[in-house]
Amino acid sequence: MSAAVSKGSSSGSAGARGNSGAWPTDVVVVGATSAIAEQCTRLWLEGGASTALLIGRSASKLDAIATDLGVRFPAATVTTLVADLVSPSSISTVVAGFAGPGTPGAAAGAGLTVLVAHGSMTEQEESQASLAAAASVLEVTGVSPSLWIEACADTMSAGTIAVLGSPAGDRGRRKNYIYGAAKALIEAMTEGLQHRLAGSPLRVVLVKPGPTATPMTASMPQKGLADVSAVAGEIVAGVNAGRAVVYAPLKWMLIMGVVRNIPSPVFNKLNF
Amino acid sequence: MSRQRVSSWGRLSDDEHEIVPITSASAAPEILAATAPGVARGMERSYGDVALNRGGTLWDARGLNRFLGFDAETGILTCEPGVLLRDIQATFSRQGWMLAVTPGTSVVTVAGAVANDVHGKNHSTRGTFADHVVSLTLVRTDGTVIVCGPSENRDWFEATCGGLGLTGLIVSVTLRLKRVPGPWLLAENIAYQSLPEFFSLSDESEAEFEHVVSWIDITTDGGRRGILSRANSTPSPHRSLPRGAAGVGATRGGPTVPFVPPFSLVNKVTLPALNRAYYRLQHRSLGSAVVHYKPFFYPLDAIQEWNRAYGPNGFFQHQCVLPRSVGLEAVSEILGLVAASGQGSFLGVLKTLGSRTPIGMLSYPQEGVNLTIDFPNLGASTLALLSRLDDVVAQAGGRLYLAKDARMPVSLFQAGYPRYAEFLKYKDPGMSSEMSRRLLGS
Ligand SMILES: Cc1cc2nc3c(=O)[nH]c(=O)nc-3n(C[C@H](O)[C@H](O)[C@H](O)COP(=O)(O)OP(=O)(O)OC[C@H]3O[C@@H](n4cnc5c(N)ncnc54)[C@H](O)[C@@H]3O)c2cc1C
Repeated sequence: MSAAVSKGSSSGSAGARGNSGAWPTDVVVVGATSAIAEQCTRLWLEGGASTALLIGRSASKLDAIATDLGVRFPAATVTTLVADLVSPSSISTVVAGFAGPGTPGAAAGAGLTVLVAHGSMTEQEESQASLAAAASVLEVTGVSPSLWIEACADTMSAGTIAVLGSPAGDRGRRKNYIYGAAKALIEAMTEGLQHRLAGSPLRVVLVKPGPTATPMTASMPQKGLADVSAVAGEIVAGVNAGRAVVYAPLKWMLIMGVVRNIPSPVFNKLNF
Repeated sequence: MSRQRVSSWGRLSDDEHEIVPITSASAAPEILAATAPGVARGMERSYGDVALNRGGTLWDARGLNRFLGFDAETGILTCEPGVLLRDIQATFSRQGWMLAVTPGTSVVTVAGAVANDVHGKNHSTRGTFADHVVSLTLVRTDGTVIVCGPSENRDWFEATCGGLGLTGLIVSVTLRLKRVPGPWLLAENIAYQSLPEFFSLSDESEAEFEHVVSWIDITTDGGRRGILSRANSTPSPHRSLPRGAAGVGATRGGPTVPFVPPFSLVNKVTLPALNRAYYRLQHRSLGSAVVHYKPFFYPLDAIQEWNRAYGPNGFFQHQCVLPRSVGLEAVSEILGLVAASGQGSFLGVLKTLGSRTPIGMLSYPQEGVNLTIDFPNLGASTLALLSRLDDVVAQAGGRLYLAKDARMPVSLFQAGYPRYAEFLKYKDPGMSSEMSRRLLGS
């Protein structure tokens, strides 16, 4: 774990967005190098969170983000941690390390927000071409994030656990059903955890971002792609408010509501 | 890589390009070598064809938008090329620093600001963007990496600042920010009724105010009345930030022109009324007030995609600087031609530029008076008018701003930018744009 930044001076912006739910004091981001996760982290720190722990696979990518955040928010403490995001033992060690008894995360109580944001970018054709590739997508995009939120639920006693699902998980489609199935797994996990934790001070939020314009999608047709900072703004507002499900942009709630309700005989003739 | 239609701010064309994302500075040499010839694009806030390359490659480094380091003692910031000026202003005004020089929109990349060596409302005191650049890193299509600055590889620095993206891909920029007491300005609006009055007011203002600019009503009485705005930074500890003013991404929002109307909303019928209304509106706010930097520096950023209001044929902007000695006559002549044509639009900007010689070989500013006018594209009649305006500029010994140009003749370019031949020695043979083919031969 490398302490990236911690300088004096005050940012003075604490509580700037007061009315969009409770603002976290501490954020932990798993898969912190994804574009959406990076934007969300910026917004949380901007709104007054004082610490961020960035967890990912690549030290150099994590460091670049931590440096950027350090310049933006000199009063915040940003730390990075390189970890295996898939192995169950690594997951439980890391979660115990930031949220277990005696940790700053535990001390933060309701002020702790964890965002689980990783997934695999593999194309459907590729994951359809080999079972090994499909297994890897299911594991990285579905099983692993589910284990992270499960571990958080077992360890944290208060705060917010948010995880990135996808509208793709709402109904399997020929264009991306392997990825969609992985996201559907996350959805059932969050529903179960929401049921289990109902009435406790621990909240679980399922976030479903639609297609977003990021550096990864810069070479795709941009029509219909949402701006990443706008999507992040909606995610942060929804997570702070502790909503059960957050579609970002909201229009995907309507679209997927329709898609889910198309009868199969009709659906199977559609090409999308 | 993907084919996408790309228009610049003037929306005069809409051609397909191969968009090639630059995913990291270290990957840049390989990506450039594999996809040259091409040219970099920023936010396409240039009006003409400087960041266009029809059918060919456009390198897109906008995803490289992180800060790389900041020294809070000296105000020296290092950042990636795709960082927006908007982000710099929002982040650092909270910490007591701002850009020393900013153009009239903040939705511009740092690399784009360097490549056009942009200027602001404070040219007399602060010069151009490049005057505050400490160093740059360039990647050429042959894989060479060049670090340059005012004292290191100075020739490369002079070629690259204002170098229209043609000397190499900029992958990082180190800038010196300016200490400010906060994001506030004490601004004053003053009406003027004639060009001589503008000049004396402007000279008087330059002595006491850092920022001076004026809006000129080009449709009333052949164009001579306007509103001059001047401002200095001011501490204003008792004010809280306007909602969203501090935000990363909070700068989104504000009304948008939602679609391209089938004809220009700016036309002979609407224009005089628009200008009169704007004059009256500004007239009501004469006097001084403490304002946030956003409405003062970036009034047009409040309406997203306002360029769509000019309709499907787009618009030209004619921006020239004329030597002070002939400034009054030349400005009058241009305004007379515009009035006689019945063209021209709502946007007219008149301001003086200072005597500082810019660093770049192709930088725009020179001592004199700057006149900027937008023209909806009506085809041949607009082109004919613009070429009459060019004649006035040529006669006066002035030049047109390349960031705004889509059509000037080679002769006017060469007369206005005598260092062009020297510049060619630094041009990357693997870099080419619509503009470079039009004005520089390749
Ligand atoms: C409303 C409005 C007001 C304006 N006001 C002013 C003003 O007051 N003063 C002024 O000077 N200008 C002004 N401008 C013009 C604007 O500041 C410039 O055109 C600026 O260069 C645009 O930057 P961009 O990021 O959009 O770059 P683009 O327009 O996309 O590209 C501009 C140049 O930068 C190059 N470039 C982009 N990225 C790179 C890179 N990584 N490496 C190398 N080259 C690169 C391109 O090749 C091109 O040559 C204004 C524009 C608008 C729309």
